[in-house]
Amino acid sequence: MDGSLTTPPTTTLDPPVLEVEDLRTVFLTDAGVVRAVDGVSFRVGAGETLGIVGESGSGKSVTALSLLRLLDEQARIVGGTIRFKGQDVLAMRPAELRAWRGDQAAMVFQDPMTGLNPVLRILRQVTEHIVSHGRMPPAEARQRGVGLLRRMGVAAPERAAASYPHQFSGGMRQRVMLAIGVANDPALLIADEPTTALDVTIQAQILDLLRGLNEEFGTAIVLVSHDLGVIASVCRRVVVMYAGEAVEEAATAEVLADPRHPYAWALVNAVPRLDAPIGARLTSIEGMPPDPLHLPQGCRFEPRCPFKIARCATEHPPMLEVAPGRRARCWVTADGRSLPRPAVPATPAAPAARDAAPPLLEARDLVKHFVLPRRSLFAPAEKVHAVNGVDIALGRGESLGVVGESGCGKSTLARLLTRLHEPTAGSVLFEGRDITHASPAALRPLRPRLQMVFQDPYASLNPRMTVGEILVEPILAHGRAASRQAARERVGELLTTVGLKPGFASRYPHEFSGGQRQRVSIARALALDPAAVVADEPVSALDVNVQAQVLNLMQDLQQRLGLSYLFIAHDLAVVRAFCDRVAVMYLGRIVEEGPAAEIFAAPLHPYTVALTSAIPEPGRQRVVLGGEPPSTLRLPEGCAFRARCPVARAACAEPPPLREVAPGRRAACHFPGDFAPHPTPVRSASLADHQRR
Amino acid sequence: MSAPLDVSIGAPGIAVPAVAAPSRLRRRLRRYGPAWVGGGIVIAWVLVALLAPWISPYHPDAVDVSIRLRPPSLAHWMGTDTLGRDVFSRLLHGARLSLAAGFTVVILGAAIGTTIGIVAAWTRGFGDEALMRLTDLVLCFPPIILALAIAAALGIGPLNTILAMLVVWWPKFARLARALALVQRSQEYVEAATVLGLRPRRILARHILPNTLGPLAVLVTLDLGNAILTFAGLSFLGLGVIPPMPEWGSMVAEGRELVEQWWVAAFPGLAILTVVVGFNFCGDGLRDWLDPRSRSR
Repeated sequence: MDGSLTTPPTTTLDPPVLEVEDLRTVFLTDAGVVRAVDGVSFRVGAGETLGIVGESGSGKSVTALSLLRLLDEQARIVGGTIRFKGQDVLAMRPAELRAWRGDQAAMVFQDPMTGLNPVLRILRQVTEHIVSHGRMPPAEARQRGVGLLRRMGVAAPERAAASYPHQFSGGMRQRVMLAIGVANDPALLIADEPTTALDVTIQAQILDLLRGLNEEFGTAIVLVSHDLGVIASVCRRVVVMYAGEAVEEAATAEVLADPRHPYAWALVNAVPRLDAPIGARLTSIEGMPPDPLHLPQGCRFEPRCPFKIARCATEHPPMLEVAPGRRARCWVTADGRSLPRPAVPATPAAPAARDAAPPLLEARDLVKHFVLPRRSLFAPAEKVHAVNGVDIALGRGESLGVVGESGCGKSTLARLLTRLHEPTAGSVLFEGRDITHASPAALRPLRPRLQMVFQDPYASLNPRMTVGEILVEPILAHGRAASRQAARERVGELLTTVGLKPGFASRYPHEFSGGQRQRVSIARALALDPAAVVADEPVSALDVNVQAQVLNLMQDLQQRLGLSYLFIAHDLAVVRAFCDRVAVMYLGRIVEEGPAAEIFAAPLHPYTVALTSAIPEPGRQRVVLGGEPPSTLRLPEGCAFRARCPVARAACAEPPPLREVAPGRRAACHFPGDFAPHPTPVRSASLADHQRR
Repeated sequence: MSAPLDVSIGAPGIAVPAVAAPSRLRRRLRRYGPAWVGGGIVIAWVLVALLAPWISPYHPDAVDVSIRLRPPSLAHWMGTDTLGRDVFSRLLHGARLSLAAGFTVVILGAAIGTTIGIVAAWTRGFGDEALMRLTDLVLCFPPIILALAIAAALGIGPLNTILAMLVVWWPKFARLARALALVQRSQEYVEAATVLGLRPRRILARHILPNTLGPLAVLVTLDLGNAILTFAGLSFLGLGVIPPMPEWGSMVAEGRELVEQWWVAAFPGLAILTVVVGFNFCGDGLRDWLDPRSRSR
C-alpha cells in the first residue's frame, strides 16, 4: 500500500477501472420487492483498493455480485450504471460478458470448500480460464499455472498441480482460488469475504497475498468484508453499507479515526481492540436493521441512531460531501462536524483477589482421542488426537478464555468439561467432585450448576419448540418451580434478564435474529442458576455490533449473578475484552496460560506472539506465520509447534513441559520470550502511521 | 437479462420494477400440480371406502349365477364375475380392506421401526449393533417372499397377512429413523438438552423425534401405495382374504384366466393402479414441500 502505486499519474486521463453510479438491485420475492442494493456509487481507479464493509444483510455481497452481473434469476439490476474502463457493463451481451469475466475482471468467493470443482485437478482449473480466453496455448498455460501457484504460496506447486481439491486445506484452496482469479492478469479483482472461513494466522497469509498482488501487478481490488480490520489491512478507501445504501465513503484510516456516519461510528467502536483497556465495555447500538420490505421514510439508521435529530425521521439524507474526499449520508455530520468519541468506560473494579479456594472446575492431564472407523478390514484404526493432556482450572467468579485455531481441540475441551464427551484419560473435577466417568444419572443433579452456551444460534435451539417451552423445560425437569404458572413467571424473568420481552415466550426460534437467539440460549443456561457456564464460541457467528451486545450482556450477568465463565474463542481481541485469564491452545495442548493483560502485552510462547500479531488491526506489527497446523492424526514428536516456529532449535525435539515462567504465567516452550514482537504501538501512533500513508 | 426494466411506481427516487415475479401460480402448479391430483385420488378412494355400503348398487356378495360373466352394461357398470356378482360393488367394498390394510401396515410398521431406529441411534454401542444386524437380517430377504412364507405359516386371513407384512415392513423405517436421529443427536440443541440434565426419554420424545418426522412422513406416504400393492399381491396369491370377501388382489386373481371377460380383472387392477399412483404423487409433493432447497426456487 504505497502512495505511488495506488495513485498512478495516469489516473486523471484514463477512465477509472470501475465506476458505479447509483446502482440499484432488487430481489423479486413472494413477499414483495426487496431493495437489496439501493443507490450505491463509487469508483475504483487503476491499481486502487476499495473495501465494502457492512453487517450481514446490508447488501455488500449483492453489490459485489451485481458488479459482474452474477446474480440469480430472482435478482434484477433495475437502475444505475456500472462502467468498466468506460464500457457499459449492463449493456453487454452474454457473449461479451463471458469474454470479459474471468479475463479482465475476476472474482474470489468466500467459501474455499465449494469454490473449486472437486473432480478436476488443480492445475486444470487454473489453466482453464487462460486457455478458454485464448491467452495462451495449453502447454504454456500449464507453465504459467504452476508459476501462479508458486506465487500464491502453494507448497510444492508441481505436485500440488496434479492434486484434487479435497487434498487441500481451506487456506490452500483459497490460494488456488486467488491463482485462478489473477490467472489472466485482470485489471479488477473482486474478493467477497475471502478470509472469513479461515483461521487468523491463515487469514493473515491471504491478506498479505492480496496486498502483494495489488502492489506487484497493479490489480485493482474490491474487497468485501464484515470486518473493518481486514479491510483496513488491504484497502485504502472504504464504502460502509447499511440497509442497501452506502452510508459513508472515505479513506479507511479516516473512517477508523473519525467516522462521520453514526453506523460507521458504531461499527468502529463495537470491535474489541487489543489496545483498549482490559475489561472495558464495548460500545453497542440497540435494535436491528430495518425490514427491507418496509424501509423507514427518513434516514434508514434513524431508529437505532444515538445522535439523531428531528430532521432524521422525516427526510432521507443524500450522500453529502462532509470533508474533502469523503462523503456520508447523515444530517448530523452534514456540516462537517465529527461524532463524539464513545464515553470512556469506567475501568471495572479490579477482579477480586482470588484466594487459595479450590477451583470450581478443573481438568487434570485431560486426554481425548476419537477412534476413526477403519478404512478397510485390515487397515489400522486411526485416531484423532483432539486433546492431548490439558491442565486447566477455573476459579469462582473468574472468566477464563481458551483460544486457538480451528482443530486445536478447544471445542472438544469444552465438551469434556461439561461431560458431553467422556475423557480418554485424565480427570475432570467439578466443585471438588470427580466427574470424569460419572454416569448420566449421577451427573444429572450436578448439571444445573454447570451449564453451556453453544456456538451456532441457529442449531442450538430446537426449531419445533417455542422459546417459552425451551425455557420451561429445564425448570420443570429439575422441579425448580412449584407449578406451571410459577415456571412461566420465571421464564418471563429470564427473558427480561437477557434483554428480551417476556411476550417473546410464545414465538419460535426462527422468528428471531441471530443475536436474539443467542440471548435465548444464554437465558436457557441461566434457567437453573448455574455456578459455571462453559461458552463455546458464543459470539463468533454474530455481526460485530450484535457481538458487542452479547458480550456486554454476559459481562453484566457475571457481575450480577457471580458466574464463572470458561470462554472458548478463536478471536483474541474478544477474549482479551472479556477474560481475566487466558489459555492458548495448539494441537490439543495448552502452550501458554496467564493473566489476559500480561499475555497480550508480552506473550511468551512464539505461537501466542504470532497469534496476537496476526489480528488484522491497523498499525499492528505483524508476524505472518508460515505453514499450517499439523494433522491431528499423527502428532509430531517433540514440541508440536516446532515445524512452524521461527525460533525452533535442536532442543525443541524434546517436548517442552508447561511450566511456570513468571508468577502466574505458564508457557510450554524451551525458550519462552525469545521470540519477541516489536512492542504494540499505542492507538494514536497507529493512526498517525495511517495518515502518513 | 439485467437490462434496466421499466420502472414506474414507488416513492420518489425509489425505483420498483413494474413486472412481477414470473407468475407465482404457474410455478406452484408446475411444482405441486401432481401432488394435488394425487391428493384428490387418495381422498376420493378414502371417501369410497367409507361410503361403500351406501353407494354401491348391489350387495358385494349377492350371487346370481343366471347373470354370470356379463360385460359392462348400464345395470352392471363393470360387468359381473363368474358367480354373477356385481364387479363395481365388489370394487367399492374392496377399497375398504385394501386401504385399511395399507394404512395399518404402514402406520404400525413406521411406529415400530421409528422407535427401534431412534433407540438404536441413542444407545449406540452393543444395542445399536444388535438392532441394526436384526434389521439387516430381515432386509436380506425379498420382502414379498418373506411375507408370503410367514403368512402361509400363520394361515389365510387378512389379520395374519397384515401381521406377516409388519414383520418385513419395519426395517426400512428403522434404518431411516436411525440415520435421521444420528444427525439430530449431534445437533447443538440435543447437546444443550443433555447439559440441562434432561432424561434420555424426554430428549428422544421432545427433541429428536419431532425433528425426524418430516422425512419419515414422506416415506410413510410413498410407502402406502407400496403396502396396498403388496397386500393385493399376497391376496392374489391366495393369502390375503378368505374367498367371499371382496378384495382387489383376489378379484384380479379370479379374472386371471378369463381372457375374453377382461372386465373381471381389469377394473380391480385399475383401482390398484390409481391408488398407488395417487399415494406416490402425494409423497413426491410432500418431499418437495419439506425440502427447503427445492422450495426456495
